[in-house]
Amino acid sequence: MAEPIAVLSSRYDVPDAHTLEGYKREGGYSALPQALEIAPGDLVAMVKEAGLRGRGGAGFPTGVKWSFMPKGTGKPTYLVVNADESEPGTFKDRELMERDPFQLLEGIAIACHALESERAFIYIRGEYLFPGMRLEEAMTEAYAAGYLGDDILGSGVNVHVTLHYGAGAYICGEETALLDSLEGRRGQPRLRPPFPAVAGLYASPTAVNNVESIANVPWIVERGVDWYKSLGTEKSAGTKLVCVSGEVKRPGNYEWPMGATFREIIETSCEGMLDGREVRFFAPGGSSTPLLTAEHLDVELDFDAVAAAGSLLGTAALMVYSDKTSVVEAARNWTKFYEHESCGKCTPCREGTFWLSQVYDRMLSGGGRPQDLQILDEVCDNIFGRSFCALGDAATSPIKSSLKYFRDEYEHLVEHGRLPDGLEPHAGIITDNAARHRPTDFAQPATVRAGSLR
Amino acid sequence: MAEARTAERAAQGEGHPSGDERFALLDKTLRKARYQQDQLIEVLHVAQDLFGHLSEDILIYLARQLKLPPSRVYGVATFYHLFSFTAPGRHSATVCMGTACFVKGAEEIVQQLEAAHDVRSGQTTEDGELTVSTARCVGSCGLAPVVVVDGVVTSHQTAESTLAHVGEVLAKEPTEAST
Repeated sequence: MAEPIAVLSSRYDVPDAHTLEGYKREGGYSALPQALEIAPGDLVAMVKEAGLRGRGGAGFPTGVKWSFMPKGTGKPTYLVVNADESEPGTFKDRELMERDPFQLLEGIAIACHALESERAFIYIRGEYLFPGMRLEEAMTEAYAAGYLGDDILGSGVNVHVTLHYGAGAYICGEETALLDSLEGRRGQPRLRPPFPAVAGLYASPTAVNNVESIANVPWIVERGVDWYKSLGTEKSAGTKLVCVSGEVKRPGNYEWPMGATFREIIETSCEGMLDGREVRFFAPGGSSTPLLTAEHLDVELDFDAVAAAGSLLGTAALMVYSDKTSVVEAARNWTKFYEHESCGKCTPCREGTFWLSQVYDRMLSGGGRPQDLQILDEVCDNIFGRSFCALGDAATSPIKSSLKYFRDEYEHLVEHGRLPDGLEPHAGIITDNAARHRPTDFAQPATVRAGSLR
Repeated sequence: MAEARTAERAAQGEGHPSGDERFALLDKTLRKARYQQDQLIEVLHVAQDLFGHLSEDILIYLARQLKLPPSRVYGVATFYHLFSFTAPGRHSATVCMGTACFVKGAEEIVQQLEAAHDVRSGQTTEDGELTVSTARCVGSCGLAPVVVVDGVVTSHQTAESTLAHVGEVLAKEPTEAST
């Protein structure tokens, strides 16, 4: 039986953890002096040894990524922190940056030392005004106190951080699109190779890491590799911030060690489903990961275990849907999102998502035809593996998986022109109602500026 | 002061010919960005904050200042969702279409608003008075259905109450609060 654990989130409930004073009182900035004593190469080896895997979705080992960075190219080296958290259902980085921004800044300073980089960029999504404000305040304090800037803590290491606001584009979460956007261009993915580690930002060696990955680094340095490995499973070490949304009693961000099961998270942290509903299907890692069903609730929170179950851990944004929710409607909702967010660079994704969305509209307006299921299948096959970046693949995930597990619902819809009885229409659109839990004085502005909603 | 300086510069063929003082602020941002082309997105953010939206005039001005082709500036600006190219109406009504509001009849509110003011959601009435739009979720699901009128959240709305409220707001004299 796994228990929830507070490592990254250990300071979340401290009211002033977002100030330097509060952060230091709660044990912050104890890892940075230690890390500055360690040689860069040894730090990289340490992160590799700890088994930290990227928290942005792909689960690529962070230390391995760092070890790909070429040395002595004569070009500057950059660290880019991906805070463009736009995956539907994901809100872990927002809370981390709002409540504990120094944790990220300390991680950045250590990572920059490890990478021998003097400049880091945080690419935060344009909608994240409040987390951005907290980060700006924290950066000002950190610069003033010598935790950022030239010669940090008298070690001779220089680390400068720049905060860049995105302007509303899901695709900019893709690392190469993010780099293009940082350079002031349209955020469209680049052809790889060369990989960002070799030629990334301004054609220089660049490490692109997720916020949560970087926030793990101070803990590895402070508590040691063995402690870190003792959390979690053999192949997926450490803890994971899980964002639960959908039809559960208490949606929100919860930290669990890797290896906990989805059932434990839903039953313990979320206190089960709303009004005695049953789990029908869930997305384990955001909308880009194939859906799983009630049978898969005992799958462990582990990159490999989820992959073995036929899905992906992604960002561990657990979106849970009940037996009252139509999977076809949920899939349509996601398809509309991908259609809207496709960047238009490659044809399979640009055209494919459009046609998928047309087919869903036709089916749900009662005009479905028997061949529509085959059309969905074929269009998905033409997108998957043929699109330029992972967005196209992601768009097919909810469709292929729902066709696999809930073909009967599709068939009923096509045959009768309506959804099976017992489903509540539109219940499937719930994606992020996490604001309800963890009451805060800032989570909900008293009035919402209309301009910010467009 | 700033205005006079801008007018002076405009007379000398620098800055924006209109002498609009907001361009002086934009110039300040451009100088701070050292006219670097990769600062385009940051500059567009500032321009939109200053002017409310990005008109063709502003885009051409930025293209010239940053020595970028207008197509590049236009391409970047239209790529990102946060940039808007039409002036918002004097008043706004944003209907929340989040799940909670949707199931409690938000669609009916949108339809009635559209019909009453002869405008499609996402657009502004011809007289520039009212912008009707929808939002995915404003995070106030307990108050569903929610309509945000001129930045103020109104709760438990029906089509009738929304129409009445919007009518009242439109009848009022222009105030500072209307954006």
